[in-house]
Amino acid sequence: MLRSRIIPCLLVHNKGLVKTVNFKNHKYVGDPINAVKIFNEKEVDELIVLDIDATVEKRGPNFQMIKNLATECRMPLCYGGGITSPEQAKQIIKLGAEKVALSAAAVENPELVKAIGDEVGVQSVVVVIDVKKKGLFNKYEVFTHNGKKATGLNPVEFAEKMEAIGVGEIVVNSIDQEGTMKGYDFKLFESIRNVITTPLTIMGGAGSADHIKSAIDKFGIIGAAAGSLFVFKGKYRAVLVQYLDKNQLFKQK
Amino acid sequence: MITIVDYGSGNIDAFVNIYKRLNIACEVAKSPEDILKAEKLVLPGVGAFDETMRILKNSGMIEALNKQVLENKVPVIGICVGMQILANRSDEGQLEGLGWINADVKKFDVSTITQKPHLPHMGWNTFQQEKESPILKELIPEKGFYFLHTYYFSCENQSDILTSTVYGKKYTSAVNNENIYGVQFHPEKSHSNGVQLLKNFANL
Repeated sequence: MLRSRIIPCLLVHNKGLVKTVNFKNHKYVGDPINAVKIFNEKEVDELIVLDIDATVEKRGPNFQMIKNLATECRMPLCYGGGITSPEQAKQIIKLGAEKVALSAAAVENPELVKAIGDEVGVQSVVVVIDVKKKGLFNKYEVFTHNGKKATGLNPVEFAEKMEAIGVGEIVVNSIDQEGTMKGYDFKLFESIRNVITTPLTIMGGAGSADHIKSAIDKFGIIGAAAGSLFVFKGKYRAVLVQYLDKNQLFKQK
Repeated sequence: MITIVDYGSGNIDAFVNIYKRLNIACEVAKSPEDILKAEKLVLPGVGAFDETMRILKNSGMIEALNKQVLENKVPVIGICVGMQILANRSDEGQLEGLGWINADVKKFDVSTITQKPHLPHMGWNTFQQEKESPILKELIPEKGFYFLHTYYFSCENQSDILTSTVYGKKYTSAVNNENIYGVQFHPEKSHSNGVQLLKNFANL
């Protein structure tokens, strides 16, 4: 039977790993390769690595870093950050990542999503949708550029549009919950799960094994991603790269 | 000695790394001459069926591969799309496959998939052994393998089915006919089960 995936998401900033809260307050949490080595030992389901500088600095992906990561990774790797052409996507897959993630580029140029799918296969194309509540009525809106740029897009409609173009996975990230460790925003994810059949990964707010478990209980087969949960320990947020005991988690179910 | 075929598709380094850590000698083949010297062949593959066949053809290595695999009976394992091209044809494209195994590649029928998500079949899934083979030695079915695909391998001969996996319905997740092996999943990205399978292949 197909299992849910529990996915650490690592953010690369100034060549190191950072963790943010609501996309702000970057805290250095270590070296990317070292984290991958630990996650190998823990037999992590999958890894998402996002270079959060690339798009903002208007530069392409750092291929050397991706090669180093993919070579070390003994689990599937999804890379995102600065991809603006099918050639770049092809190169990243060739370097050993299983998936390429698009965010700002998918919003600005939906045709690119199709072009990349044609090049590397639809199954390897991931769209990351960063969502923030906005305005008096707390309406969900898609943001890009690390939460700084409002797009005016409704996340549900945007997800439907991406599915119609053809993608292998949609990652929905709640900026409001990100880094808070207070739990997932199920209302947001449910609104998207209801309208798409593409694999969905949820991100933003997971702070405990119970949060992950409740997501799996609620959605069935889902990708449950988290950052802080896998790099911090205790209420003082001491840096410790760690994972959940999957056997325990699935046994309780 | 393991020879990983570098024809421009798939993730060569991940295999090299695993064999390095296992202290098993391995090299990368970039020419027909390299193929003709090989004792065991790994045929990786990512992306679409036609694109994979096209770059394999352009590499000029097909003839050498046919000779090694079909005449000299050198063991070969195709990975993911590298498995699918062992078949005669695919729903995904127009080009002919290698035809080493009598099979077709078909698209999953989403009407059999009752839950969300539908496609691709992506993530960790278990397998069931369908026949005895040293390549399955010491694998743990419950731990499963990592899958990422939309098309599946459909054998003409039941006796070629090595393992099956359920997604919607039961399908062939690994195949074997004499010296020819294929796995739909990614052993290079499947932790201890994957490492064990690659080790078993080396020990055949």
